[in-house]
Amino acid sequence: MSDSTRTIQVEALARVEGEGRFKVRLEDGKVVRSEFSIFEPPRYFEGLLRGRSFRDAPDVTSRICGICPIAYIMGASQAMEDALGWQVPRPIVDLRRLIYCGEWIQSHVLHTHLLHAPDFLGLQDSIQLAQSNRSLVENGLAAKKTGNRLMEVIGGRSVHPVNTRVGGFYRAPAAEAVRALIPELERGEALSVAALEAFAGFDFPDLEMDYLFVALRHEADYPIAEGRVVSSAGLDIGVEAFPEHFEEHQVPHSNALQGATLDGRPYLVGPLARFNLNADRLPADILGLAEKAGLAPDCRNPFKSLLARQVEVIYAFREAARLARAYTPPEPGFVEGPLRAGVGHGITEAPRGICYHRYEIAEDGAILAATIVPPTSQNQRQIELDLVGTVERFHDLDDEALQWRCEQAIRNYDPCISCATHFLTLDVERA
Amino acid sequence: MKPGGTKPRLAVWKFSSCDGCQLTLLDCEDELLDIAEAVDIAYFLEATRTTRAGPYDISLVEGSISTAREVERIQEIRRDSELLITIGACATAGGIQALRNSLDHDALRASVYPSPQFIDALATSTPIADHVAVDYELRGCPIDKSQLLEALSALLKGRKPTIPDYSQCTECKLAGTACVMVAKGIPCLGPVTQGGCGNLCPKVGRGCYGCFGPKEGANTAALAAELAALGAEPRTIRDLFGGFTAGAPAFAEERRRHER
Repeated sequence: MSDSTRTIQVEALARVEGEGRFKVRLEDGKVVRSEFSIFEPPRYFEGLLRGRSFRDAPDVTSRICGICPIAYIMGASQAMEDALGWQVPRPIVDLRRLIYCGEWIQSHVLHTHLLHAPDFLGLQDSIQLAQSNRSLVENGLAAKKTGNRLMEVIGGRSVHPVNTRVGGFYRAPAAEAVRALIPELERGEALSVAALEAFAGFDFPDLEMDYLFVALRHEADYPIAEGRVVSSAGLDIGVEAFPEHFEEHQVPHSNALQGATLDGRPYLVGPLARFNLNADRLPADILGLAEKAGLAPDCRNPFKSLLARQVEVIYAFREAARLARAYTPPEPGFVEGPLRAGVGHGITEAPRGICYHRYEIAEDGAILAATIVPPTSQNQRQIELDLVGTVERFHDLDDEALQWRCEQAIRNYDPCISCATHFLTLDVERA
Repeated sequence: MKPGGTKPRLAVWKFSSCDGCQLTLLDCEDELLDIAEAVDIAYFLEATRTTRAGPYDISLVEGSISTAREVERIQEIRRDSELLITIGACATAGGIQALRNSLDHDALRASVYPSPQFIDALATSTPIADHVAVDYELRGCPIDKSQLLEALSALLKGRKPTIPDYSQCTECKLAGTACVMVAKGIPCLGPVTQGGCGNLCPKVGRGCYGCFGPKEGANTAALAAELAALGAEPRTIRDLFGGFTAGAPAFAEERRRHER
């Protein structure tokens, strides 16, 4: 197909949470200019927090994203506990990990089954998918429901849970209520293994990118809410050192700030980064399932993020069942200590990748300054590079197919544009 | 089913928001496939890349109006929609981002973005009903799943949705939940907040933070006086009324009374 003066345009990208636009100019199969922009209206969370109590940060920042509220609640809580010097006991940390498993499950399954899988089958959406493979969609909905149920039992509701606070939980759920989830969690794992096997049969577009992966890494566990920040280039730092190594830039075409390393290098966070940097922290049989499905450590095909996400669903079900079996309600469900002025940092692994919080608080607990770096801001520059890679690799496709392939490449990131503050119009200009 | 055997056309729209209310529709795991069969999903970007032009029988609108483009877009959607239902605290009260309405927008913008001139937004975040006529509203941050299902099934059957208008306080009494304010002296917006969430916060021993917004005729001044008597500082009272429905007139007005 000739590349002379063709224009492709997508107004507002579907099956993502938020709004964005991609513009690319192609000359003789090479991309000469590209622009990925996010047009979610700004909501100024960092500014609105100023002057409020440190206690408000988890609930307020959870409203950045309705799909991953726990990521914001936990990051903000940890940062405040760091600023105040409060030590959270292990049983509360474990209960946090348990509710976080619920968020990974519901967010990941929504994406793998309902939002991303249709792309690989040339379908418009999960409703069409349900017509061709009803059990895959039904099993996905059942798994997702279990993730939401886990969040409800611990958090009171799945979108914007109410039972979480700085220091822990208002009231730890009863042991029986948590244990009652175990059979569902075990069934969820089985359904998710079957889904991974189904996804393994998809035709993954052949694209390899050069990535700098960044994720948390914990001494023993697959990282969710604890660990140091590591990269595929050998970085290994404490959470508090994040701002010394990464920064956000503003670009004129976007309402989200874009992340990069201090020396200007784009990087990738999320399931593929977590898997590649922590595959040895997965139970051996789950890693075996990943490899059998075609996902081996050091995978650099962004389209296989679908597999990484689904492998993490299996892990989250396994881990949630383990934590539920070991659960006894901490009493009280939270710790509290004296107030003091200070600065605190928190990083957890949101479903879409690391999410950084930093707060400065006054002696009376009032917030003086807030900084939040969501995963999709960090990935934004890399998404743009993936789009360039996708257009160059697949420029032989006709306009409609190439546009769809670009959408699919963006959906590889499950981009939570509300988080990054926005989603997609695609302009491909072929000159 | 409408006369002539065609399915009602449903559209779901997003304005300034977190996506949590439209996610609530996707969280109806037991009902989702039935809903998809009962209606023609004509526009729902979070779920499908198929988009069809209006008219639509039912439009669900999430989010507040906070940019000039959104002011225009809601007019177009209203023109294209037989019934327009606002879903959630952003659409019905302006959301947490309505806190900007009482701040200096230029200063706020400059405090978050290094190059504020690139940020195109209005100085206010306002509810949908400030801009177009709204047929029904579902409150909450987020909306309640059973209220959403009730609204959809009622409208599909051509009847009026049954949405409670009593207070959160009444909901606690009906459920037999111990009053956190009376028993423990915990500040709670339950007496002035519309019910509907299932008294989630008092059930875990915390005060209601008002995410369903003020109930009709809410006596916020009396509650504020009671909170002060319990020892709450003015800034605590200010921020309690300055939550996810801060832009609702009754709460905004009460909040102003406690500004230092």
